[in-house]
Amino acid sequence: MIRRVWIVLALTFVSCWPAFAGPQTADHSGGELHFCLRGEPKTFNPLLVEETSSETIRYLTGGVLIRLNRQTQALEPGLATSWKVSADGRTIKFHLRTGLHFSDGTPFTSEDVAYTMKALMDPQMHSPTGDSFRSGEGQVVVQTPSSDSIVVTFPAPVAGLERLFDQVAILSAHSPKKEMAVLGPFYVADYTPGSSVLLRRNTSYWKKDQEGKPLPYLDSIRLDIQRNRDIELLRFRRGEIHLIDVLDAEYFDRLQKETPAVAHDAGTGLDSEFVWFNQVPTAPFAENKKAWFRSTEFRKAISTAINRDDLSRIVFGGHARPAFGPVSPANHFWFNVSLPVPQYDSAAALRLLAQAGFRLEGRTLRDSSGNRVEFTVITNSGNKSREQMVAMIQQDLSQIGIKVNLVTLDFPSLIERITRTYDYEACLLGLVNTDLDPNSQMNVWLSSAENHQWNPKQSKPATVWEAELDRLMHAQASATSDKKRKADWDRVQQIVAEQQPFIYLVNKDAMSAVSPAVVGSAPSVLDPHAFWNAEVLRLGADPALGAQK
Amino acid sequence: MTPLQKVAASILCALFALIVLTTFLLPAHYARQFRDIPNAGPSSAHPLGTDALGRDFLSRLLYGTRVSLLLAPAAALLATLIAAVLGSAAGLLGGWFEHIVLAATDLSLALPWLFLLLLVRAMLPLDVPPLVSVVIAFLMMGLLGWQASVRVICAAARGVRDSDFLLLARSSGCRPARLLVRHVAPNLRLLFYAQFFISIPLFILTEANLSILGLGVMEPTPSWGNLMRGFEDFSTLSANPWRLTPLILLVIVVMCFQLVLPSQEVAQ
Repeated sequence: MIRRVWIVLALTFVSCWPAFAGPQTADHSGGELHFCLRGEPKTFNPLLVEETSSETIRYLTGGVLIRLNRQTQALEPGLATSWKVSADGRTIKFHLRTGLHFSDGTPFTSEDVAYTMKALMDPQMHSPTGDSFRSGEGQVVVQTPSSDSIVVTFPAPVAGLERLFDQVAILSAHSPKKEMAVLGPFYVADYTPGSSVLLRRNTSYWKKDQEGKPLPYLDSIRLDIQRNRDIELLRFRRGEIHLIDVLDAEYFDRLQKETPAVAHDAGTGLDSEFVWFNQVPTAPFAENKKAWFRSTEFRKAISTAINRDDLSRIVFGGHARPAFGPVSPANHFWFNVSLPVPQYDSAAALRLLAQAGFRLEGRTLRDSSGNRVEFTVITNSGNKSREQMVAMIQQDLSQIGIKVNLVTLDFPSLIERITRTYDYEACLLGLVNTDLDPNSQMNVWLSSAENHQWNPKQSKPATVWEAELDRLMHAQASATSDKKRKADWDRVQQIVAEQQPFIYLVNKDAMSAVSPAVVGSAPSVLDPHAFWNAEVLRLGADPALGAQK
Repeated sequence: MTPLQKVAASILCALFALIVLTTFLLPAHYARQFRDIPNAGPSSAHPLGTDALGRDFLSRLLYGTRVSLLLAPAAALLATLIAAVLGSAAGLLGGWFEHIVLAATDLSLALPWLFLLLLVRAMLPLDVPPLVSVVIAFLMMGLLGWQASVRVICAAARGVRDSDFLLLARSSGCRPARLLVRHVAPNLRLLFYAQFFISIPLFILTEANLSILGLGVMEPTPSWGNLMRGFEDFSTLSANPWRLTPLILLVIVVMCFQLVLPSQEVAQ
């Protein structure tokens, strides 16, 4: 009997061994890094990226001409050895590295850059990345004087032009693999929908370390698609994944208590959480609700009735700051310090609503036609802090007689609703800012942009203030003086504060978790926080992984 | 009924009485947030403390008990009714009808119904009130949870089909519908009860799982499922053991249903 028990125990141990071992690490080969994507990547085409999962894959696989160093915030040469912007800010000339190849062996030349730029600026492509380059009417002219140089001329000056190329992954003009042929440190080797994306080391990658060893060190990166953050944390603790790029405050506190060395808080980040109302004219819901959402007083009243201090304190445990505009206070140069800080004030909110024809009957707010004011906020399922924020907003708005319902949806369904069907009333999501420059938000503020979420892809601005936003965004994007750009961008922030198309809630701290097994990690405020230097990361000789080890 | 079964039945009755009286017993509204005391420990004002948003945990537990304990039996009743009709008819009629029913059962068992629920949630209009949304969630569970019972009931009905009393009824000119209602169903009645009682804890657990995945009962409406969402955080649980109350209640209810059940099986 005892012998049988030992045999069973031995078999159990053997069968569980791979699980205990976790992802294999090998000091010499670099090993396989594991972490999670929080949603299905919607595209592998780097020009069409508009959500975080695809962005992660673009960052890890895409070769760019110029790379922004996430730690020093300085621009560094990528595929281009040097570049020069003309005095009028319209033209940029690149000298390219020679002898490089895409991951499938196709040679890299200036033709590929020209092909990428043309695709990027093609209006039919609707590229969110391309929106950042649109500074004025007219065609972009691309010239290739030689195979290692290229000149791109824009119809109007584009301010902060060099920085924008950090987002432009170069495509191959000739590869039969199309966008799957890449110039970045990794390439997509396998994709199992709903499960994982496997990235392997690109042996054709051009970069070498100081000792002349080819980068990246890692053999591969496995990105498990895991929407549920609780499970992601559990897997980190078990050692099944090596890092969590964005950590919620609750999880941060929990990890910090258990293993302080793995939890990293880089300070107030650039990312923001906000709620917006659907103002798309063709949206399939009642006209009276559309009228509410189009009312500036209504949106300002909602903003005034939300207690942001409580959100920061309770939902984020103090690891966030109340947000009032599109720029985080952490962005010292571009933040408009003269913006009035709105105070939580239910009475003021009711006064604003009264101006717009709403009236409070007992504990119920009604519009001028007598309809009860009630709307549904959607957010992605599995995100506890967003659900908690909506729960707190429910109570805040109940003080002014508004009933708020919450519906959580899986991420693809949510994206489908906010980008294609527009079948929703209000949405609470976050915006991941990857750059300090206002140009990086062109794809949000231009009325024709894809990410102009409250009413995207407008053929012409629906309101006067959106027309003004367009003008200012184009003006700041084409100005060469930082002072002029700052003035325009300050005005944009002021209009946003006045109109509240996005009701900003909080700026979260940039928090991440990295296993001690990962060598070379240096979390930063800019996104991506924990794997921005993936090419120099490696797994140490110590096979211990995760927070628990 | 054994003494143990009597105790189990009494506990269940007490719980159902509690559900009815919940409205009068709530220390505070289940959605009201006491924002100055989030994550507070037990006190006279909040006997089970408060949750992360400062909501009274006892109120949420009592109201969540109402949601879970009222709707789970309703879903179980629906699933058992579907299974009873399909299983009895398939077993009695046999032949191609039985093959079709069993094939449909196998097919629906093979379906990834979690994704089906996701799909249904995505297709539902967004402006349904939270309570309606909860009812729809349980309705879906009821509509999707009949398969296992069908196979059991069909097998039992097949046994009844070849019995002498049914042969006598058939030879007397009794029509299939009457055979089903007057002769087969009464003989399978105890099996129906058993399937019903088995399904209740199953649906409670399913709702708990769905809530943990963020697909069940939506905020601010509480249920046992969404009250148990914080259980991954073992450090908080060990510091606040009273948070385990919904789990303890769930275990008690499941055990009580299981204890009440055997007498039916013995009778069968």
